[in-house]
Amino acid sequence: MTITEASKSKKSGIKSKQIVLWIGVILVLIFVMLPILWQILTSVKLNNEIQAVPNVYIPSAITFKHYIELFQRKPFIFYVFNSALVSIVSTVLCLTIGSPAAYALARLRLPGEQIILATVLIVTLFPYVLLFLGLLEIIRYIGLGNNYLAIVIPYTAINLPLTILVMRSFFQQLPKDLEDAAKIDGYKTISMLINIVLPMTVPALVTTGILTFIFAWNEYIFALTFITRETMKTIPVATAQLGGATVFEIPYGAIAAATVLGTIPLVLLVLFFQRRIVQGLTAGAVKG
Amino acid sequence: MTTYREKIVGWLMIIPAMLLLGLVFIYPIARAFWLSLFTENLGTGLQPVFSGFTNYSRMLGDGRFWQTLQNTTVFTVASVSLELLLGMAIALILNQSFRGRGIVRTIAIIPWALPTAVMGLAWAWIFNDQYGVVNDILLRLGLINTGINWLGNPTLAMVALVIADVWKTTPFISIILLAGLQSISEDIYEAHSLDGANAWQSFYQITLPLLMPQILISLLFRFAQSFGIFDLVQVMTGGGPAGATETVSIYIYSTVMRYLDFGYGAALVVVTFLILISVVGIATFYFLRGRSDRY
Repeated sequence: MTITEASKSKKSGIKSKQIVLWIGVILVLIFVMLPILWQILTSVKLNNEIQAVPNVYIPSAITFKHYIELFQRKPFIFYVFNSALVSIVSTVLCLTIGSPAAYALARLRLPGEQIILATVLIVTLFPYVLLFLGLLEIIRYIGLGNNYLAIVIPYTAINLPLTILVMRSFFQQLPKDLEDAAKIDGYKTISMLINIVLPMTVPALVTTGILTFIFAWNEYIFALTFITRETMKTIPVATAQLGGATVFEIPYGAIAAATVLGTIPLVLLVLFFQRRIVQGLTAGAVKG
Repeated sequence: MTTYREKIVGWLMIIPAMLLLGLVFIYPIARAFWLSLFTENLGTGLQPVFSGFTNYSRMLGDGRFWQTLQNTTVFTVASVSLELLLGMAIALILNQSFRGRGIVRTIAIIPWALPTAVMGLAWAWIFNDQYGVVNDILLRLGLINTGINWLGNPTLAMVALVIADVWKTTPFISIILLAGLQSISEDIYEAHSLDGANAWQSFYQITLPLLMPQILISLLFRFAQSFGIFDLVQVMTGGGPAGATETVSIYIYSTVMRYLDFGYGAALVVVTFLILISVVGIATFYFLRGRSDRY
């Protein structure tokens, strides 16, 4: 075999490898996107085309009727507001309570640290269905039903383990010299944290905050159980209950529209912060 | 140097987080252990009456409980193993270099970020017996003559749930595995291929062993989440048809919220918790032992 022949066969080998790779990439994209695209398509189709057999893939007209209906017939604007409020408040609370704990666990070498870390790791594995009964009793006992706090407090808590793990791995990477220098300059622990460490921590707080926001926005079982007043429901619960509104005619178009609206904020978050989400998840899962 | 004063400040920084974790994670589990020793249902006027291990002996003879445990196991094993295979394939693809890799990686994690309950509705629509797109495609391809009632058939309803779960959670595994792949140095592969190893051999001899920590961690997370699956099942099938897809979590929820049987519900919580913790404990033990053997 001459040299040119060898390089030719190597080239065709690379080419066929490229083709296989591209088929793989396209399959991944189809697998991921199709359910979402189908939902978007359904949400803008006319009712008779939604319920057409065989299915209509290219609608004759695009309508926003289902979206308008959502806001007219249901307090959908409340659901959006509730979801946003609950997710933002619990994210802020979680960062405020979790970051100091993460710092202490990363730096201060306290006795019992290992036990605390192990506990934090283990509770991330608890399914929420094992927790709702105990929480429901507390909420009934202190009359917290249909109060945003009834879900804000659990949302803060369920996101604490991830916050602690991600922030701790971040603090461990911070150069310690800086803090030592600050202490020599006479800073006390807390004022040093606020003036020196916190400004450098902003990127890690954003990463953790995005993850916390996503988990809070998506939570279902606590919101379903602890909030029953229609105007206080969050998007996942309200959307899931749209189907049961009328027995005879299931509003497929409205459900599809609600699905699209409930997922848009999250799709945007992923598009803008993909790198941070991946960093946060791997830091939380692997390094912890 | 940690001074006494710093220790106090340190504890003050940790305590609020610990109290919250204790309240939301530890207390409900501990409370379930206690409450499971009582009968508290409509029969007792919703007042707790001590009944020892009655709830547990009742569970032994409760066919519905065993059925839900079996359903949960089937769902967990099927979805987690499919997710691992698919997640590995996707991670390997996304680790290659190709034009537009950044945007493909971004799109590939979208399902993970979406609300499970909401996407459960989307999947129920996809599997709809009359207007569902799955039936439409199968009809057009001539594979079936009449639409299949996916969610109305015991086996197919489970298949539909597994497919929806695989769609939703495979990205999580891909993210973790991809991060692992990126940490493996290119040099190892080059040295290996000089020794005459083909792609398949390097996958088996290098990638898989080096990726073991990531594989096990994602398996552990996915096992726990899948074993406690609630949203997807509640929205897509509600546990039906005729209890064929009822998972332990759905049974716990109905026992408490529909039958108002708090004592029995607590006993179900305890048993589910113990199963979960034992599996996690055994898996972690073997993983750590395997590690210490090797090094």
